[in-house]
Amino acid sequence: MGEEVKLFGYWASPYSYRAELALKLKGVSYEYINEDIFGNKSDLLLKYNPVHKKVPVLLHNGKPIVESLVILEYIEETWKHNPYLPQDPYDKATARFWIKFIDEKCFPTLWLAAWSAENEREKVTNEACEYLKTLESALNGKKFFGGETIGMVDIVASSVGYFIRVTQEIMGINLLSADKFPQLFQWSEDFANCSIVKESLPPRDKLLPFVKGLIAKYQQDNAKA
Amino acid sequence: MADEDVVLLDFWPSPFGMRVRIALAEKEIKYEYKEEDLRNKSDLLLKMNPIHKKIPVLIHNGKPVCESLVHVQYIDEIWPHKSPLLPTDPYQRAIARFWGDFVDKKIYGLESRKVWSTKGEEQEAAKKEFIECLKLLEGELGNKAYFGGENLGYVDVVLVPFYSWFYAYEKCGNFSIETECPKLIAWAKRCMEKDSVSKSLPDQDKIYDYVLHLKKVFGIE
Repeated sequence: MGEEVKLFGYWASPYSYRAELALKLKGVSYEYINEDIFGNKSDLLLKYNPVHKKVPVLLHNGKPIVESLVILEYIEETWKHNPYLPQDPYDKATARFWIKFIDEKCFPTLWLAAWSAENEREKVTNEACEYLKTLESALNGKKFFGGETIGMVDIVASSVGYFIRVTQEIMGINLLSADKFPQLFQWSEDFANCSIVKESLPPRDKLLPFVKGLIAKYQQDNAKA
Repeated sequence: MADEDVVLLDFWPSPFGMRVRIALAEKEIKYEYKEEDLRNKSDLLLKMNPIHKKIPVLIHNGKPVCESLVHVQYIDEIWPHKSPLLPTDPYQRAIARFWGDFVDKKIYGLESRKVWSTKGEEQEAAKKEFIECLKLLEGELGNKAYFGGENLGYVDVVLVPFYSWFYAYEKCGNFSIETECPKLIAWAKRCMEKDSVSKSLPDQDKIYDYVLHLKKVFGIE
């Protein structure tokens, strides 16, 4: 098609990962550029995302699209085959509701539960469990949030289903467990086992030490505050 | 489309609720407005939004839709024929969604609340950031009449409800938004010339009274 698609990302970022998975699901060829987000952000990144200066940034024929959820909607609307959002406006609204819930409530609270100090952890953990319970209810007996196949909610929920599970392993906490949340746990296994997902997830053995270091840094910063 | 049942559970000072009012008005959709008492939430609200228990909730033919940005897109998709709010081109839609997200994070977010709920250094820092964000929006508006171009679009609907809160912010923060961002105020006044906006926004004095009431309730000086 002569299309030029580039993705500025960071290998360990769950937000970056969403954009990559979406492009792969659509079979779109792209050039991946790994940004050194903790060190030196490239001039190009700062040029294409002057407002937030963050990854991911999708560049399509020279035009930048920024913010992972905006990118996911853009990819869906530009490459219409293999849709990952429902057609029906009400079902679409429901999917968008769950996406917002994951991003604003579920994921941040789970991340907080992983690194907060002992005395605060119980309260945050209880809140996180409530959110996981609610998220599980969205599955409602389906294999994926999108039904038989991966949908946009699944793509976004990867931050919980994969990245948080890795984080839990490091911290020795077991929030998203098979006995507490059997449906959600099964979903995270099924999701991670899809070939298209497997080939693009950052490898566990690389992610584990990285997240460990990140958590140590968060704890340090929080202790100073 | 004549026999559609549309109900909006709302709370008069909520800028999130105002977005939905404006979108419905732009599409000329008749609906039943139900005012919620947030200290005594109705059974209907708790049933229709059990997860967040928040307004606004749009109930369309008995089915609830929650989250104001979701509402605006839903309304645009269900009633596409009148006053389209999002452009058709995917890239233009991405730009609109980006700025909608920016408004939610930076203008409606927790940090901007500090402009009226804090004092001293904390307030000054909040004011500075607030104005910087408004200036970025002014830059995006450019020379257009509306963010949507010739007509109201998604970003206009998402941002303009906040105009009803500007007076309260100015009084509490002791500054003038018009002095800092004249183009944005000119845009807001242009939006207010439309019935869909002016009839959806409460009077700014009433909002200021409400903010003073909130300050009392939260024990803020």
